[in-house]
Amino acid sequence: MTLAYEIRNLTCRLGGREIVRDVDLDVRHGEVLALVGPNGAGKSTLLGAMTGDVPIDRGSIRLGGRDLAEWSSRDLARKRAVLMQANQVSFPFTVREVVEMGRNPWSGRATAEEDERAIAAAIERTDIAHLLDRPFTALSGGEKARASLARVLAQETDVVLLDEPTAALDLRHQEEVMLVARSLAAEGRAVVVVLHDLSLAAARADRIAIVERGRIVSVGSPAEVLTAERVESVYGIAAHVLTDTPDGHLIVVPHRGRSDTASL
Amino acid sequence: MVSAGRRTLVIAGFAVLLVVGTFVSASVGQLDVGPRAVMGAMLHGVGIDTSWRPDDAIVEQTLLQIRFPRVMMSILVGATLAVAGAVMQAIFGNPLAEPGVVGVSSGAALGAAVAIAFGVASLGGWGIAALAFLGGFGATVLVYVTARVGGRTEVVTLLLTGIAVNAFAGAGLALVMFAADTGSREQIVFWQLGSMNGSRWSEVGTVAAVGLPACAAALALARRYDLLSLGERTAAHLGLKVEQLRIGSICLVALLTGVGVAFAGIIMFVGLVVPHLVRMLLGPAHRVLLAASMVGGAALLVWADLFARTMMSGSDMPIGLLTSLIGGPFFFYLVRRTRSRAGGWA
Repeated sequence: MTLAYEIRNLTCRLGGREIVRDVDLDVRHGEVLALVGPNGAGKSTLLGAMTGDVPIDRGSIRLGGRDLAEWSSRDLARKRAVLMQANQVSFPFTVREVVEMGRNPWSGRATAEEDERAIAAAIERTDIAHLLDRPFTALSGGEKARASLARVLAQETDVVLLDEPTAALDLRHQEEVMLVARSLAAEGRAVVVVLHDLSLAAARADRIAIVERGRIVSVGSPAEVLTAERVESVYGIAAHVLTDTPDGHLIVVPHRGRSDTASL
Repeated sequence: MVSAGRRTLVIAGFAVLLVVGTFVSASVGQLDVGPRAVMGAMLHGVGIDTSWRPDDAIVEQTLLQIRFPRVMMSILVGATLAVAGAVMQAIFGNPLAEPGVVGVSSGAALGAAVAIAFGVASLGGWGIAALAFLGGFGATVLVYVTARVGGRTEVVTLLLTGIAVNAFAGAGLALVMFAADTGSREQIVFWQLGSMNGSRWSEVGTVAAVGLPACAAALALARRYDLLSLGERTAAHLGLKVEQLRIGSICLVALLTGVGVAFAGIIMFVGLVVPHLVRMLLGPAHRVLLAASMVGGAALLVWADLFARTMMSGSDMPIGLLTSLIGGPFFFYLVRRTRSRAGGWA
């Protein structure tokens, strides 16, 4: 089976600075790959390059065996879907209308029944059935994130790129979104997700790639990648990696000294 | 989502307003004609002779040569301005973007004035329309390039740029007026205020030839404008060619505004009030929004023109004055409401 993404020696510049440097990364179908790393490390830029938004300075990105530049915008929209960090809609479209817009790449290709089925499945998976008639502009941040995720799912693509999909969500919805990511992988899709919560990444990602100052410093299974030494060197904070947990998932927590001693 | 029944009801309501307005406007004036004679003259105009055809040749000439082209002009300019407003709001992603407010109309008027003053008008209506298009296009590009930063509209910059463009174009108009002869001067004053007075069939033809295809093009792009409201990047992720759509739409706005301004002058706020009203009644989906705005804009200007020329007997008020009287307070209301809801614009 061809790889979803083959990234070779990728360098991207924004505003004259190299934000992504010499990145090599493969993304397989059927896996959830988490991109983690400190703020400003270049995770979103790397995701932007994979999306096709950020121009490539050096190196190459192949999507489904074809160079990213060779994809037409229509074909690209049928191949990969993207959930961005901030999702605003400039006029008060209803949530249902927003989800339906996810079907745009398939207009003229899919039948009305296929569209309806994809939309209904996306609504069910993201738990937004009760929001459908509300204007998107009146939703809370977390509801907007879920409605936008539904739009991404309705696009029904082989490759799904999610930029901090859990950032605005409460505990339960964070877990649910990552379970959606897992179920997408179980269907054979490739899922790349930018996360800040290392424990969440450890529990739901097949592989984790740590990005630090534009480079990928480690990639592999959660247990391989998330060691206390590495977390400390990348994030600059002492951390505990707990392996003996009730549900068997690895947990990363910072070392928290007593607050009255004021040091980390 | 709005039900199909409500959609039909609202559009039908606008259509009734438009048809009634057309008949009343054609019947009423210094010479009262009556709806029967209007109907008769209309049928005669399309080649059907009935007993309703007015007996009096003066009445018939008044209808055919003065009132009908004037009403047609109101319909066309109202429709094109409302569509221009809706398209502009779609590409700016903001309901305050309007050709009059941000200076596209005055840019077009400046172009038209230059055409008159420097004799391009001798090429006929098309010469004026062409320069009005260029003026409107320049203003649209300027405002767009200034107010769009990183895929977002900076509202304050948008409105400030509008002030600057309006001020510059206003001064340009004054300058051209200063340099022009008396005849041209009168025509330029007419643009500053906007009027349907003296519309001729040839001008109506020009507006129709440009405006109707442009409206049709906007309607064909409706689905894309929906996607654009998700933001430029997300729209691109869904397969939209954003750059092409932007350039095409700026041309459409300049065409729709320019051709109306060339013959009817600056008529502000139609593109603001009508799409806003339609969005409140029928939601923001652009296919319905554009279609309903066309009919609604046409109806609004037919009635506005009727009031403009009958409110004070014996005098023809400029229609632009009237729409600004309604539109100014409405704009104020929009600003107030946004401020109370979203904390205003930073």
